Amino acid sequence: MTPADPAQPVIDVTGITKRFDGKTVVNAIDLTVHRGEIYGFLGPNGSGKTTFIRMLCGLLTPDAGTGTCLGYDVRTQQAEIKRQVGYMTQRFSYYEDLTIRENLDFIARIYAVPDRRDAVGRSLRRLGLEQRSHQLAGQLSGGWKQRLALAACLIHSPQLLLLDEPTAGVDPKARREFWDEIHGLAAEGLTVLITTHYMDEAERCHRLAYLAYGSLLARGTLAEVLASARLSTWIVAGPGLRELAATLRARDGVEQVVAFGNTLHVSGRDAARLEAVIAAVRDPGHEWTRARAGLEDVFISLMGSAKDNFS
Amino acid sequence: MHRFTFHRFWAIVLKEFIQMKRDRLTFAMMVGIPLMQLMLFGFAINSDPKHLPTAIRSADQGPMARALVAALKQTDYFTLVRETASEAEAARLLELGDVQFVINLPADFSRRLLRGERPTVLIEADATDPAASGPALAAARAIAASVLDRELTGPLARLRSKAGPVNFAVHAHYNPENITQYNVVPGLMGVVLTMTMVVITALAITRERERGTMENLLATPVRPFEVMTGKILPYIAVGYIQLTLILLAARLVFGVPMVGSLALVYAVSLVFIAANLAMGITFSTLARNQLQAVQMAFFFFLPSILLSGFMFPFRGMPEWAQALGSCLPNTHFLRIVRGILLKGSGVAEIMPEMWPLLLFLAVAMTVGVKRYRQTLD
Repeated sequence: MTPADPAQPVIDVTGITKRFDGKTVVNAIDLTVHRGEIYGFLGPNGSGKTTFIRMLCGLLTPDAGTGTCLGYDVRTQQAEIKRQVGYMTQRFSYYEDLTIRENLDFIARIYAVPDRRDAVGRSLRRLGLEQRSHQLAGQLSGGWKQRLALAACLIHSPQLLLLDEPTAGVDPKARREFWDEIHGLAAEGLTVLITTHYMDEAERCHRLAYLAYGSLLARGTLAEVLASARLSTWIVAGPGLRELAATLRARDGVEQVVAFGNTLHVSGRDAARLEAVIAAVRDPGHEWTRARAGLEDVFISLMGSAKDNFS
Repeated sequence: MHRFTFHRFWAIVLKEFIQMKRDRLTFAMMVGIPLMQLMLFGFAINSDPKHLPTAIRSADQGPMARALVAALKQTDYFTLVRETASEAEAARLLELGDVQFVINLPADFSRRLLRGERPTVLIEADATDPAASGPALAAARAIAASVLDRELTGPLARLRSKAGPVNFAVHAHYNPENITQYNVVPGLMGVVLTMTMVVITALAITRERERGTMENLLATPVRPFEVMTGKILPYIAVGYIQLTLILLAARLVFGVPMVGSLALVYAVSLVFIAANLAMGITFSTLARNQLQAVQMAFFFFLPSILLSGFMFPFRGMPEWAQALGSCLPNTHFLRIVRGILLKGSGVAEIMPEMWPLLLFLAVAMTVGVKRYRQTLD
């Protein structure tokens, strides 16, 4: 039931490609994920994150590329992969007309979980769903639905958890609890691949990958991703920021001008050109400070550069 | 590794039963529809139709004959559309369904009447729809007695008799029994099962897709065949409940005779129910949403009710319609059930109608499983 060698990567794929009607949705992605890692997948909507995850868990067959998931071939051993992967879909996809317990029981039966009753009971306790076990899933709020979905993905003790935007539409407190749970599971040796749009969540991952237009644009630890973008960022404070922003956007060498409260974040990939622009517009009324580029700035910059390459 | 496993199949079965239990309205409909249709088709349709097209073939132009014809015209039941002298033409009119009745008056009608010989009036009826002819024939008898009694006055009064002056011979073509319910109620089994089984299962997979639960189901190790059979089994149970309701009503309310083996009816029904369920599931793999699935189910249901021989006599339909009807499982099921219940057919007699049912089941199931597989990629 366990992969042959614990030291072996849980996910190890190269050149994974998927096309729909001639359109390349996932373009030659290489990815290695190790046991116990929380791997964050980021990228704009429609960037191929969901398609990539579906290929990992055996829902879709890649058009090109090879690799293994849990030691099984992603092209030919989909049935084996399905048995040991917990997949949480983007949209709540358990039965709304079944109670929490019935849903868990159904999944446990499908996976032929040994000592089903105990397993369902443990799972309810672990996620604090005991009191609500007879409530219909359709009547639950977003946060509780998410807990149920997580409980259901875990009931067959998978080796790998694939979570597709699990925290979309969930309040900050429930999100934090969810992440604590994920970190607890990873500490026990579970590997987690998670997609998200939230930057604070991205920062809680061990490693990150940024996907846009089907291609992997950056990957590594948070520090590595930030460094790889080589993005210079300045923060400017002072009066007339709207006019200043318009002036800056018109200049070459300025890629992003984003308003954050009473400041503007101004970024560009070419540090020298950016500084030249700033020197030209600088006046005593505004205070300019050099800042560390944020993850969001980096991603938006990556997306912009990707668009240049693909259009 | 890739074999059918009971625990996964059973998980689907239990889930479907729970969902069925939760969806009270649908469940009520599954029980309510057979009862409602029984009442509608069993009672309401057996009305008292009037103005039925009638041809007169009278070889006698005597006063008594004319009086009788005039009186028949006076009733609301007969509308004279043709008078003919030719026996062949009369037969053809009946066969084409241009007329419901041909009333034959013999050449010596008046003469024999006056002699007190109780001449015979032959009424040929198209009795495929017995509900249509019954009341009209009864009216004809009553009218003849009263009209002729009026004509037979004075010295002729002695010709009035308790038995009536005229002997009516009714020749019921196509359905000598003349009992609508005998025909309709067993036929209802096929109609009710087709309607509910196809509609309910047509929703089974589309619902999963529409609610997003399909993706989850596909991500589990469950196999297409396990899903299909797991979804079919609970509805076979529902089908048998419907079947039992109709059989009970047929026996207790409508007094339909059950000459043949009920066990055989139940056995054959398994194939028929499964065929309809497989059809419904095939629809649900084709439909994009639940509305489309229901529309497809009705697209299938309408010919099943119109071309199967339930609503209209099968042999009365043009050949292309008969060919179409022969592709429908309901057509064969109707013949089997009517055969078993009314004629006491056994296994040997129903075999010619059995294999098309089995063939239909096999094709629908194969297409369904194939289509389900395709939804993976």
